[in-house]
Amino acid sequence: MTAGRPNDPSLKLLYDMLRIRMVEEAIAREYPKGEMRCPVHLSIGQEGAAVGIASALETTDLAVSTHRAHAHYLAKGGDLKRFLAELFGKDAGCSRGRGGSMHLIDLSVGFEGSTAIVGSTLPVGVGLAMGSKIRGEKTVTCIFLGDGAIEEGVFYESANFAVVRNLPVLFACENNSYSVYSPINVRQPKGRKIHELVRAIGLKTSSHDGNDVGGVTAVTRAAVAEIRAGGGPMLLEFATYRWLEHCGPYPDDNLGYRPEAEVAAWKARDPIVVASAQLADHPGFSADVMARWRSEIEAEVDAAFAFARAAAWPAQTTRADFVYA
Amino acid sequence: MPDTSAPQLTFVDAVRDGIDVAMQLDPHMVCYGLGADDPKRIFGSMSGLAEKYGNTRVFDAPTSEAAMTGIAIGAALRGVRSVTVHQRLDFFLLAMDQLINNAAKWHFMFGGQRSVPIVIRLILGRGWGQGPTHSQSLHSWFAHVPGLKVVMPTNAADAKGLLMSAIFDPNPVVFMEHRWLHQAVSNVPVGDYRVPLGRAHVLRQGGDITLTAMSFLVPEALRAATMLEGLGIKCDVIDLCTVRPLDWETVSKSILKTGRLLALDSGWLTCSVASEIVALACERHFRSLRCAPRRAGMPDHPEPTSFELTKGLHPSAESIANDVCDMLELPQRFEIAAGSGPHDVPGAWFKGPF
Ligand SMILES: Cc1ncc(C[n+]2csc(CCOP(=O)(O)OP(=O)(O)O)c2C)c(N)n1
Ligand SMILES: [Mg+2]
Repeated sequence: MTAGRPNDPSLKLLYDMLRIRMVEEAIAREYPKGEMRCPVHLSIGQEGAAVGIASALETTDLAVSTHRAHAHYLAKGGDLKRFLAELFGKDAGCSRGRGGSMHLIDLSVGFEGSTAIVGSTLPVGVGLAMGSKIRGEKTVTCIFLGDGAIEEGVFYESANFAVVRNLPVLFACENNSYSVYSPINVRQPKGRKIHELVRAIGLKTSSHDGNDVGGVTAVTRAAVAEIRAGGGPMLLEFATYRWLEHCGPYPDDNLGYRPEAEVAAWKARDPIVVASAQLADHPGFSADVMARWRSEIEAEVDAAFAFARAAAWPAQTTRADFVYA
Repeated sequence: MPDTSAPQLTFVDAVRDGIDVAMQLDPHMVCYGLGADDPKRIFGSMSGLAEKYGNTRVFDAPTSEAAMTGIAIGAALRGVRSVTVHQRLDFFLLAMDQLINNAAKWHFMFGGQRSVPIVIRLILGRGWGQGPTHSQSLHSWFAHVPGLKVVMPTNAADAKGLLMSAIFDPNPVVFMEHRWLHQAVSNVPVGDYRVPLGRAHVLRQGGDITLTAMSFLVPEALRAATMLEGLGIKCDVIDLCTVRPLDWETVSKSILKTGRLLALDSGWLTCSVASEIVALACERHFRSLRCAPRRAGMPDHPEPTSFELTKGLHPSAESIANDVCDMLELPQRFEIAAGSGPHDVPGAWFKGPF
């Protein structure tokens, strides 16, 4: 990250959200050139949850994620250049060009992997937590998931086992109300709350506004401290909203699957705008500061894109590498 | 022979038409899956059906592949046929227990009292970085299992005809659609049109070599045959259509005529459908073979995402023609024409990313 990243905790949260936003806006802008040839699921609009959750984790804490993992990877501290190189299919990519946008990893910051099959990292995260516990480490594992993953049987099996063994795991559910184009009310009973359902499995749960990064940080900090102290698995549900299409760089509200008023209400609650407003009286914050961050981040993002573009392809001769360890 | 008076449809519209006609014929039949009534309608294959048949018969599903497959089995036991759909085969892997332990076994393990007439549409991804878990062609897994039928159509007419046969077949049928074939156009008969399951189609007659293929490899094999004709080599090209039960009779006749076999497969070769065909050829026609039979398919590693690493990954008309030249000990080799566009998209209609 750039030298300009502030030390002040609340400024840092805003800075991190802005940085992720600008990275993803750049991906959306550059994507039509056809150089990043893999499906991309952008998190624009959901940065509050990603940054708030990750800010409550230590670097040594572990995380796994989903198809929509860019923000989680970056918020956990994943390397930007290697991330973009992965999207460009380059050998310098974080997965050596084998996995693309949906398979991100940065072991140096505890980001153990994101995968493309809904629900597939849930038991893996529980297993990481069991591993840490067996080894006597004080590590917490954070499992990022969407509202759709709650519909997979493996969620119940994983949550159940995490409770039975009292494992140090945090299920961080970003509920953006949609799975692709399907609203939650055609997939889950109307009025039933994810956090209430999961509480009945035996996890401690609560629900929060995912677009208030300060609030997300506070509740996640408390949860992580409790889990680390042996308090058992928890699920935090964060309401948030994806701005762009499910997969790809464009808006898709022309399709009419989301009520216009709903889209407008969520956009008005942009997590970056919300945090900026909360910082209005902060002595270290001003429009000038924001403008300086923007230009610094822009330079960092440009350099990372230049790195990814210039990076070498994986050699054809290595195509069969990594099948076995 | 194609009925040229029939309307021209794309593969994906033919699938839609087949479902539509079947739903008219069977007033209880249902059709569901994640996205079945969303704005994109599973690449257009479900357009208008929710409106026409209502939400009781055509509906969206939770991200619950295992349960939704078992639910289709239960409904079938109660006389309600279904077509369920998954936008990638890879997503369906969560439902393998229901398919293999229940659907494929029910008729057998209860002594033939009940059967499970379900159709599962699985779409095979390729290109634009679909990568390790959005591109797998695992038809040989399904073909391994007694009790299942496995269909892999290659053109619009067969897509409709085979789908309608699958729907009215009393057994569970896995129906695999390659994403790159969705825009293929042919004449598709209207109304109740059925193409029998378990029968291969000989698309081209020649005496020198037998090419067997399925799915997107059929058009590649046909293109290879045209290229080889320029060298005076004549190919039998067989579209397997159904990979279980395999139409050995048709393949056998061709091998006895040509004495040479190149079995193409859209998946990995180890334990593949191509392996099965080569094994049968060796077991039954050893003395009629004029050279060692061969297989061609995916290299023995997962599909990487990187554009560079997917170059030449899949068999193409050129690689098939080169295999044939090699088998016939001819010196000629073909190269993919320069300027034929990026290798990871089937044509300008495919805009990615999914
Ligand atoms: C097992 C499985 N089923 C279906 C899909 C297709 N798919 C990809 S992302 C997605 C949406 C999941 O929704 P959610 O968990 O809420 O995550 P979001 O996209 O909203 O972040 C679906 C259904 C898949 N990848 N894996
Ligand atoms: Mg969602």
